[in-house]
Amino acid sequence: MDEATASGLRIAVLVKHVPDAQFDRHISGDDLTTVRSESILSELDEYALEAALQLVEAHGGAAAGHRVTAITMGPAAAVNAVKKSLQIGADDGVHLTDDALTGSDASATSRALAALLQHAGPFDLVLTGMASTDGETSLVPAQLAERLDLPQVTFAASLELTPGDGGWTLAARRDSDTYAETIEAPLPALVSVTDQINDPRYPNFKGIMAAKKKQIQVLSLQDIGLQADEVGFAGSWTTVEAAAPRPPRSQGIVITDEGDAGIRLVDFLAGQKLL
Amino acid sequence: MTSVLVFLDHPAASLAKSERELLSLAASLGDVVVALADEAGQAYLDGIGSYGVQRYYRPDDAAVSDVLVAGKAAFLAEAVRASGAGIVLLGNSYESKEIAARSGVKLDSGVITDVVALDGDLTATKSDFAGSYTVHCRVTTGVAILTVKPNSVEAVEAGPPSSPEAVRVAVELPRAAARITGRVEKPVSGRPELTEARVIVAGGRGVDGDFGPLEDLADALGGAVGASRAATDAGWIEHSAQIGQTGKTVSPQLYISVGISGAIQQKAGMQTSKVIVAVNKDADSPIFEIADFGIVGDLTTVLPQATEEIRKRGL
Repeated sequence: MDEATASGLRIAVLVKHVPDAQFDRHISGDDLTTVRSESILSELDEYALEAALQLVEAHGGAAAGHRVTAITMGPAAAVNAVKKSLQIGADDGVHLTDDALTGSDASATSRALAALLQHAGPFDLVLTGMASTDGETSLVPAQLAERLDLPQVTFAASLELTPGDGGWTLAARRDSDTYAETIEAPLPALVSVTDQINDPRYPNFKGIMAAKKKQIQVLSLQDIGLQADEVGFAGSWTTVEAAAPRPPRSQGIVITDEGDAGIRLVDFLAGQKLL
Repeated sequence: MTSVLVFLDHPAASLAKSERELLSLAASLGDVVVALADEAGQAYLDGIGSYGVQRYYRPDDAAVSDVLVAGKAAFLAEAVRASGAGIVLLGNSYESKEIAARSGVKLDSGVITDVVALDGDLTATKSDFAGSYTVHCRVTTGVAILTVKPNSVEAVEAGPPSSPEAVRVAVELPRAAARITGRVEKPVSGRPELTEARVIVAGGRGVDGDFGPLEDLADALGGAVGASRAATDAGWIEHSAQIGQTGKTVSPQLYISVGISGAIQQKAGMQTSKVIVAVNKDADSPIFEIADFGIVGDLTTVLPQATEEIRKRGL
């Protein structure tokens, strides 16, 4: 990852195929893994992809030798997240797939992705969403940065790149509850972006047709130099012992306002000892 | 006895409620030691002393805080090694989760986030899919690193206060890192933080631009104001108020949902609230299926009436 140059940016965007949050989502099976039917490209990854496309376009696009690669890991269907990314505008894709990956926690996922990025790279910039919309741990980007020894900029709400003699420098802004911070880092680096950074574009007809000609490289664990027991359940440092759907909330009282609903609400809160 | 290390980020003038909760949880699991990334004042140190803390760890280089996440993660890993702690507890802010994430890799240790309960054998309880599943999990390798959500445990002071002693640990900063070049403190609203609030009044599309009545009710109840994505996208309220999938996860005692239809992802975001109240004009809104108390009515009359009634009762 240390061959960054001031020309020909290579940007990796991590994309994930996740259960659609518009529907009920489920954990099932003896191994307590997520059910991945009704899955889509994670909404939060669209912002990372858009950020990558905008950075490249701001600096001359493909004509200047820049390249955006969509990267995913997971079962066969996970490739749909890469395909969607190619339709939106990524130049090529990489899909790591292997039965042994099933059950990977954040530590095992970041180990696999680190090896995958090293194999498919070098990359100047690794972009991710702020979290996946399924696991929601937001551990993976930070762990990837640690494993790859990359400067980490997380929750970027703005992002700019400036070429210089010593390579590219990135500048970002991020907002926490208490601070607004400005950040600087040299490339190569890893950046996660929030849903405030941009408005993702939709794939258009031209993009959908162009995507059919783009390459998706399919890799196995062996290709990236990992053993089966370094990932999946065996390579994880945490385990899920039980998962149960939360009992559905039962419907309570519903009243129609007849001029005193505010008072009846206060009576209810007082009865629940919530005042 | 197991040593439990509590990582406290950004010490304020005194201990925050969520920090007191972390120290209380730690004290129930073993001997408590603390890692402080930033300089803390005497009142803060006395505060941690009242939880039986005898020792706290500090980095020997103040620059750990100028580097984004990586510096604090390196410090935390060194503090764990120096203290021999078997359990590490952190808060559940995004930055704390990332510090946990990176120190987990440094220590070959599993990390569990969003913990809401922890039993004696370190089985952690958390919610998945925005509260629609309850999951029990464990760290199987290394030191158990856990980030704990606010309002998960009761804060109980441990007993006679002590003056904890500072122990410096050497930290090697990363070779290439992101540097914080500027930091502006945001204005304080006076309302509690959404993630810590006991009461939340949240508005959606039905609020139609004016959060005033919600703010008044929240203030009468000592609560925070939240919003659905539709309301923040419309620019009616700042983005930091957003609750749900791409915003903040909350689990207050009382969640008052105003003008929120209750589409599935909105419902999911409020499911772990103890009591849900819904106010909506549309009697067919799915929100009424999960509300403990639902009012079909106009928020601009119902909310001010409730606010006035709370004030009248002198509550």
